[in-house]
Amino acid sequence: MIPAPFDYEVAESVEHAVELLGSREDAKVLAGGHSLIPLLRLRFTRPALLVDIGRIDELRYVRDAGDKLAIGGMTRHHNVQHDPLVQEHCPVLSYAAGLIGDPQVRHRGTIGGSLAHADPAADFPAVLTALEAEVVIRGPEGERTVPVGEFVTGVFDTVLRPQDVLTEIRVPKLGPTGWSYLKFTRRAQDWATVGVTAIVRRSNGTVDSAAIALTNMAPKPVRAKAAEQALTTPNDIEAAAEASLEGTDPPSDTQGSADYRRHLARVLVRRALGEAISS
Amino acid sequence: MLALSFSLCRKELAVGQVSITVNGAEHILELEPRELLVYVLRERLGLTGTNVGCDTSSCGACTVLLDGESVKSCTLLGVQVDGHEITTIEGLATNGTMHPVQEAFHEQHGLQCGYCTPGFIMAAVSLLDETPNPSEEEIRHALEGNLCRCTGYQNIVRAVQAAAGVEV
Repeated sequence: MIPAPFDYEVAESVEHAVELLGSREDAKVLAGGHSLIPLLRLRFTRPALLVDIGRIDELRYVRDAGDKLAIGGMTRHHNVQHDPLVQEHCPVLSYAAGLIGDPQVRHRGTIGGSLAHADPAADFPAVLTALEAEVVIRGPEGERTVPVGEFVTGVFDTVLRPQDVLTEIRVPKLGPTGWSYLKFTRRAQDWATVGVTAIVRRSNGTVDSAAIALTNMAPKPVRAKAAEQALTTPNDIEAAAEASLEGTDPPSDTQGSADYRRHLARVLVRRALGEAISS
Repeated sequence: MLALSFSLCRKELAVGQVSITVNGAEHILELEPRELLVYVLRERLGLTGTNVGCDTSSCGACTVLLDGESVKSCTLLGVQVDGHEITTIEGLATNGTMHPVQEAFHEQHGLQCGYCTPGFIMAAVSLLDETPNPSEEEIRHALEGNLCRCTGYQNIVRAVQAAAGVEV
């Protein structure tokens, strides 16, 4: 399968990328290419111009930013997985990175690319939703920061405008928390049929607060607020698992029906909370 | 090299010049941006050891090393690797002596029809570079991106263990 013809430009800086994106109708950013190139090959998308931001080395980093970590948009899954700062301060993100695709994919795919692509079955968007990450975007009018909950607007859809480049993702340092990311797949390396991120804070054996987010249970990541409430008031995992379905709208596809996904979500929320609380 | 720009020519196809080092030899090539690396290797350079299997980034038959790390060459554009180093299965042996991973696949019979083998070997070389002493579980996880449809993974895993110096 060969993509339809397109023009190609290498951006040498973020500013250059923004400029190049404005030079043509239907220009698209090429990051690691592991979502875009499969779509190009299938000719699901036929952009006129690809702007390659893969050579902007200053977009690859993980930095300590006080109570947060700042992660450059072009940081590859492999580096998110193995970065010592991410492992220390945000282990759920490192762990989830290691479950994306396979080693070859993780050597090329990027955290910014994955989030900007906004596939409902991708791992990072829901994990970042549970983390209440912030997304830094650079466009023709300068820089702006958007909470991740507002960043993804639907299936493959975000607040990114045609000339915008996602430059950085900021995640909180978690401190002492229990966490879990569980992903159900039919085969190794598959997209998540359903995934669950759970992060809990405890004191004296009870859960004070929880953040739960679901992968592939709606067109965009679902923050399961009702489940969080159910868990924190009487510390009832079963009640939380039941409540996790509130606000979901799971798809039916070859991986599973909507009903099957609801079942999976309940089971995975229960297991993830068990794991997070005991970890 | 960094300031690639593509002028329109020949039937409105954009073509740009890139320099790619493959198995130690530098190649200057005129590429269309849409040319996938796997076809650059196979059709431009005649390196047909790298196979095309699924063409959907799933099977790993097209795995090569990009600056030493395993990647799927069906999911990279040739122009993206301008200025970089690629190693294919043809580049592993030195002076007619097989690479230890090749030798181990041979010794342990880590193949049946052999179609997936170059991809498995390149993935294993990358794994052992990152994790020189992997456990069996680590090997199985690290080979998730490669599919064998002949038989199973038993001898493939055994071959990687043997290459890592484990008694098998």
